[in-house]
Amino acid sequence: MTGGPNQNGDIPSPAADADMDSQGAALGLVVDGSLSQGVEVRLDPATSVEEVKVGAFVTIKGDNNNFFGVVTDVSLGTTDPRLKHTPPQVDNPFIAQVMSGTVAYGTISVLPNLIMPAVMGDSHEGPSAAKTIPPHFSRAYVASQRDVEAVFGQEDQRHFWIGSPLDMEHKLCIDLDEMVKRSIGVFGKSGTGKTFLTRLLLIGILQQGQASSLIFDMHSEYGWGAADPENRRFAKGLKQLFPAQVSTFTLDEESSKRRQSPSDEVVRIGYGEIEPEDVEMLRETLNLSEVAASAAFNLQQKFGQREWMSKFLAMEGRDSIFELANDIQVQPNALGSLYNRLSRLKRFDFLVESTRHDAANRVIEHLDQGRHVVLEFGKYGRDLTAYMLVSNLLTRRIHNKYIDRKEEAEGGQGREPRPLVIVIEEAHKFLSPSVASHTIFGTIARELRKYNVTLMVIDQRPSGIDSEVMSQVGTRLTCLLDNERDIEAVLEGTPGSRQLRTVLARLEPKQQALIFGHALPMPVVIHTREYGSTDSYEQLSRSAAGWTAPSPGETIETQGERLEREISELFPEDG
Amino acid sequence: MTLDGSPSRRVGEVVEANSASFTAQCYTLYDAPPLGCIVRAGSAEIYGVVCRVATEPLDSSRPVLARGESAETEEEVFRDNPQLTRLLTSRFEALIAGHREGDADRHYLPALPPPVHSFVYTCSPQEVARFTSRLDLLRLLLNSGLAIADEVLGACLRGAAVAHDDSEAFLLRAGKALAAELAGDLPRLNSILKKVSP
Repeated sequence: MTGGPNQNGDIPSPAADADMDSQGAALGLVVDGSLSQGVEVRLDPATSVEEVKVGAFVTIKGDNNNFFGVVTDVSLGTTDPRLKHTPPQVDNPFIAQVMSGTVAYGTISVLPNLIMPAVMGDSHEGPSAAKTIPPHFSRAYVASQRDVEAVFGQEDQRHFWIGSPLDMEHKLCIDLDEMVKRSIGVFGKSGTGKTFLTRLLLIGILQQGQASSLIFDMHSEYGWGAADPENRRFAKGLKQLFPAQVSTFTLDEESSKRRQSPSDEVVRIGYGEIEPEDVEMLRETLNLSEVAASAAFNLQQKFGQREWMSKFLAMEGRDSIFELANDIQVQPNALGSLYNRLSRLKRFDFLVESTRHDAANRVIEHLDQGRHVVLEFGKYGRDLTAYMLVSNLLTRRIHNKYIDRKEEAEGGQGREPRPLVIVIEEAHKFLSPSVASHTIFGTIARELRKYNVTLMVIDQRPSGIDSEVMSQVGTRLTCLLDNERDIEAVLEGTPGSRQLRTVLARLEPKQQALIFGHALPMPVVIHTREYGSTDSYEQLSRSAAGWTAPSPGETIETQGERLEREISELFPEDG
Repeated sequence: MTLDGSPSRRVGEVVEANSASFTAQCYTLYDAPPLGCIVRAGSAEIYGVVCRVATEPLDSSRPVLARGESAETEEEVFRDNPQLTRLLTSRFEALIAGHREGDADRHYLPALPPPVHSFVYTCSPQEVARFTSRLDLLRLLLNSGLAIADEVLGACLRGAAVAHDDSEAFLLRAGKALAAELAGDLPRLNSILKKVSP
């Protein structure tokens, strides 16, 4: 038998070797394990298995290092297999007391993710990934506030308080700088709190001030807020909380007026801005065959870049379309169905013959001023075609401008574009394996932050997202998922995914999320910070107060530029 | 030690000894320390746990005969045959559980068993509490190969518990130590625990 009472029956006293100020309650001893599977901790007789929950943080004191890990499983063990068949007389309290923790005991599996810095509180030396495990009989403790702070950082400009670890009061922070460097994924079944989590992340990005966000707000819930039926109240949106830093654009002016949501701009899109690539992406939602969708390219060749759509839709009569089909060498029926399906787009009021209003440019102008743009879809949010068309089209144009500007900046002719996070919902429609290769979102996800644009994808069916794209999602936040394939897709390529699977499947359906990836040193289950009460708004606005909005027209320097400026101020060039 | 916690007293003399155990003869008939009692032998201060108590004829070639057929009470038998107390003797055997070396208790066998004719004493409650502050003797008793080892162990723990200030805590500690020893033999553990359960 390993662990537990020693030869003498003396149970090592937890208080004896624990400095209670810096350590949590003692849990037990490491008795088994491996780096890949995690270590097994045999609980002290005084600790009941009921007190330890999956997802809780644990520190293990090794000989030379302190390890920080997470509980991935809780199990019951026995020294004698006969115990199952002939349970001892547990109605005798003495026998029950003797047996528990000795012959019958609890164990927890702990995945030691990190090695803590030798000197606690030394901010220069953060925790590093664990490449070994603590030796036999190392003592395990519940992680204390100090440990959690040492690992996840304290709330400041860079670290945003997103929630608290399970069963702990501590504030758990994510590293925003790291988060916006790569794409972000927010997953979860419908109604598990994706929207609230996203709102918090967006507020974090807004407060941090290093990046702008462009939100394609399908259900109009980020800009001006939306009803929260669960708590019977109205959850405020970004524009309400930070009016100076957020601009709202709308596609459906009437809906915005009805909801008394003030919009800064009304978006109109000319037919000329629609490209054959957009049609290709809409193939599934418009139910077009491959041949029909590719006919758009022929049309573009025939009528020109900006005119193909309006000229094509202006045609009347079957015969003229068949004639055109012969002319551009496309199957007449395919062209006919393309015509029918594209005609449906005419009912979108935001699509106009021609407009001098360049929506993409306007968005970029707002972004350049350091503002965050929410595009509300109003009634069009219920139409996936409209949502995909507009978000794809605007994103492609904005992305192109970013590429130009980035290249100019590299050539020394301009300043770098401000990092941008584009938020899309129903992401599996844009990023499914069949379309990810030719939508702009697939490109952005793959090329990472090369051009200062990253994605935040919000989705309830992560299994529908192309695995190549998924592998580029740096930080993943996932609420409860119960479909096996979805769970697998979210955890794919993550170290320790087998253990995380247990954790993920046991999340509560509300206000809980598993977060892992670049923004955090290790995977963690959080109880999401409150959003929706008056107090919570006050807290969120207060922590944002440190960052003031620039006046319009003023552009914001990026971190790199600030560094350069500070260097040149400190060391002015001589002569 | 006696179960009532009375002070140390001399009860007999070693008449036979080997590395693992010694046998002592009582000075008074029927005055043997009880089963499981911790005793100390000689100036070498060797501790043992009483594992067998026997009253038998002094001369093993002369078996005891029944003599009370016509007697009314058992006392009458002795009254009518006063020689009996001289022909019978009480002996007890103790398993060696440790010894004292200077100021320290050693919970392992001494190099040599106590010499024959060493005096044997019962221990005071303080001495018992001190000696049983470690429970290595459990293993010794469990592995003694005695048919009644579990009974001896149970009696020993019950007796030692009285000597400790917090006897329940002592029994719990002893129970956990036993559980560690008998991790793979649950039925045996269960039966011993039932014997010591307060």
